[in-house]
Amino acid sequence: MFSGWNDETKSYDTSNWNFERNDDGTLRRDETLQHPRCVLNVLRRHFARYTPEMVERVCGTPQKEFLKIAELLARNSGRERTTAFAYAVGWTQHTTGVQFVRTAAILQLLLGNIGRPGGGIMALRGHANIQGATDVPTLYDLLPGYLPMPSALRDEGSLERYLARNTKATGWWANMPKYIISLLKAFYGDAATAENDFCYGYLPQLIGDHSVLPTTFAMKDGTVKGYFVIGQNPGASGQNAELVSSAMERLDWLVNIDFFDNETVSFWHREGADPTKIGTEVFFLPGATVLEKDGTMTQTSRVLQWHDKAIEPIGDSKSDLWYFYDLGKRLKALYADSQDPKDRPILDLAWEYDHEDERERAAGEPSALRVLRELNGFTVADGKQVAGFADLAADGSTACGCWIYSGVCPDETTNHARGRIADARSSPGWGWAWPANRRTLYNRASADPAGNPWSERKKYVWWDAQKREWTGYDVPDFPKAKDPATPARPGASGIDAHSGADPFIMNLDGRGQLFVAGALADAPMPAHYEPLQSVIENPLYAQQSNPLLREWKRDDNRYNRAVDPDYPYVLTTYRITEMSGIMTRYIPWLAELQPEAFCEIDPELAVEKGIANGSYVTISTALGEMEARALVSGRMQPLRIGKGQRVHQIGIPYNYGRMVGFARGDSPGDLIALSTDPNVSIHEAKSLTCSIRPGRRAARAAGSIEAPVPTAQQRAYGAGAPHGIDAGTNR
Amino acid sequence: MAKTTIDITGLASARGTRASLGERIGELPNVASQRTKQLRARIDGAKAVTSVCPYCAVGCSTLAYVDDSGKLLDVEGNPDSPINAGHLCPKGSAIFGMTVNDRRWTTVHYRAPFATEWEEKPLAWALERIAARVKETRDATFVRERDGKRVNHTLGIASLGGATFGIEENYLLGKLMHSLGVVAIENQARI
Repeated sequence: MFSGWNDETKSYDTSNWNFERNDDGTLRRDETLQHPRCVLNVLRRHFARYTPEMVERVCGTPQKEFLKIAELLARNSGRERTTAFAYAVGWTQHTTGVQFVRTAAILQLLLGNIGRPGGGIMALRGHANIQGATDVPTLYDLLPGYLPMPSALRDEGSLERYLARNTKATGWWANMPKYIISLLKAFYGDAATAENDFCYGYLPQLIGDHSVLPTTFAMKDGTVKGYFVIGQNPGASGQNAELVSSAMERLDWLVNIDFFDNETVSFWHREGADPTKIGTEVFFLPGATVLEKDGTMTQTSRVLQWHDKAIEPIGDSKSDLWYFYDLGKRLKALYADSQDPKDRPILDLAWEYDHEDERERAAGEPSALRVLRELNGFTVADGKQVAGFADLAADGSTACGCWIYSGVCPDETTNHARGRIADARSSPGWGWAWPANRRTLYNRASADPAGNPWSERKKYVWWDAQKREWTGYDVPDFPKAKDPATPARPGASGIDAHSGADPFIMNLDGRGQLFVAGALADAPMPAHYEPLQSVIENPLYAQQSNPLLREWKRDDNRYNRAVDPDYPYVLTTYRITEMSGIMTRYIPWLAELQPEAFCEIDPELAVEKGIANGSYVTISTALGEMEARALVSGRMQPLRIGKGQRVHQIGIPYNYGRMVGFARGDSPGDLIALSTDPNVSIHEAKSLTCSIRPGRRAARAAGSIEAPVPTAQQRAYGAGAPHGIDAGTNR
Repeated sequence: MAKTTIDITGLASARGTRASLGERIGELPNVASQRTKQLRARIDGAKAVTSVCPYCAVGCSTLAYVDDSGKLLDVEGNPDSPINAGHLCPKGSAIFGMTVNDRRWTTVHYRAPFATEWEEKPLAWALERIAARVKETRDATFVRERDGKRVNHTLGIASLGGATFGIEENYLLGKLMHSLGVVAIENQARI
């Protein structure tokens, strides 16, 4: 536990997790690194107990192996060499997920591997546009460009309050007002004026955690009535998939856009359910694939790549862009005569994306390019594209859908996302990387404080003393003409407060942070906690698991107890190369390669349990059970952890679903009760506990799942005209 | 600017050309049959459209080959790409089968409350009905104030998904949902 814990609110007062400052606001520094409260010394004390011996007890990694890796990392980091950390959801899907990534940040800062070629921390993200869907977010707590969503909990009811709370005095976020006001101009066009706070009040306010897992419970409990599920299949791939499905029974309506039938849209006839008792009205809309539409996806290194439409969508299929544009137009028409102030945001919504091409326009096709150009931003008066976010203003004279994407379409004819010029270094002509086409963030750090490359071999961005500007193989992530010798200017605003040797321009002080000042709920420095459902007691602390993890103790979300003898094995999940989910399970080539759900177990456990390779086994938790074929494999190895227990691990690919596809099978989603980390509400799906037995599970009998009492709306639609058609449109 | 290509595979220069097989391979006669020599790739002469793999986030560049009638012939890795240099993983190699697939649902499927079967429906009918249901749910659940604070939102509608479709599509979905007052907007990035 850290200081500041409040046992009543079950949270930390994080105000003391901060840096000491001088009277002028600058950081107190001890260049000798001797002061006991110097961050490095705080860090040393905190991690003193994290010895190689402790690593072995906690992780099961033999000390010798661990030291080999540590030495390799240290040897491969320095002036001549850099090391990159690449991670995926194996790090994030934990109740301590954020702290895993934080640990990598500390190591990389100490090793000098940030902002340099071949260094950094790479999130290997899962879906083709998962980075883009974070930058231009469909995430409850964000607006485009990482602007926070207004929250009633933070009293952000007015634009003034929002700006006061989120504009920082120093660092790049001093520019925040330009970005939010330009976004509001992009959303509401001429209706957004200085007099009405640029329609800030149109934006809805958060009142809590509206992320997907709490929303699933809200659906089950009857708050959510209508649900859009687009290109995602939580009925199979969701954690506690049965909870997701039973929650959808409470909906009045479900709209799903996809290419194939899937476990989500067909939840109403899943194993054990009785459709005649399920009142949800379900729409499946056929989606267009990537080959059937124009548009841009942002890959995992922040590179935007435009794709051209290759063929016309097959059948009635339409792009998601088409559907959203169409729905917006229909809603504008439905609300056209409304005088109710609540409907103004829809009526004032800037919603003109008709295609440039006459034939496409006639087919109702919106223009992805027009949307991308809005994301880039333009000058309101003449509609001309802005060249980049430096041109954005806070007075309503510019509109911009996503400030970090500003520069992708910098004039009337250029679309950099379509660039396809590669070279042997950072390929700045291939696609376009946000921000400002920088391929490596914080690349000022690739030069020493004086501005010279750390080595010839790792030369990347440097100060050209003749021309008095930053130059190199990448777009400098630093003011182009700011001399490395520029002293810090306490009291100046934005990055003018930073010195010429401070690379981390987004941070208040321009420096990397080994210690996180107040931004995270659970720890200013990473601490090891066992997963919520673990096979051992925490060898490091009396505190077993993250004191701030969120759990839902309910009958439909049952957890294994910590260190539960009924569930003695470690359960982990992962994905396989040949499968994604519903996007692959109907493809014959891939179904031949990976036809069916399986689990991996070690040979020792197989002998102990009498499980033959290829035979069916049933894996169970307090929540539920699933069956799969056993793959007895030396890849899985028993661990010696905790007080010396020998623990078996069971690994399950998270790709399958049992209802549809050529490749199918049970999903570990049936085993995993929902719990989340306190910072970003990521669930825990990588480290759990389970039991295993030979043989198949018992099938759920038809109608064995108790259907909920239908809502009034469901009864009205179901009992009225056939399929409730007239009842709906005329109300 | 001169175009430079990374050619790890060595195939890039031959792409799209009718490189004929020679009579000799080094010092030895080429034993390929006349038929082999006359064979042409299926994609020979087809239009190559630059696209991106829709599976993981690496962002492998692809070339979709389309014939004159607008028919998709094949999808292959783009050798010009600095990201994948022409290579694709098993999933990426199977993109063709995701689009051209007789199990794909290319019409609206509708399931009425308490019904036991799907029905196929006209697209326009479904869109009109969905818009009406959205309005109805929004109007019934919209809240202007909670505890004296303006909130202007609805908790009655939620949206899930975004990581599998483009940034322009995410933008329009977010813009529309926020303007409806929807706050429970989520995608795979949190999952």
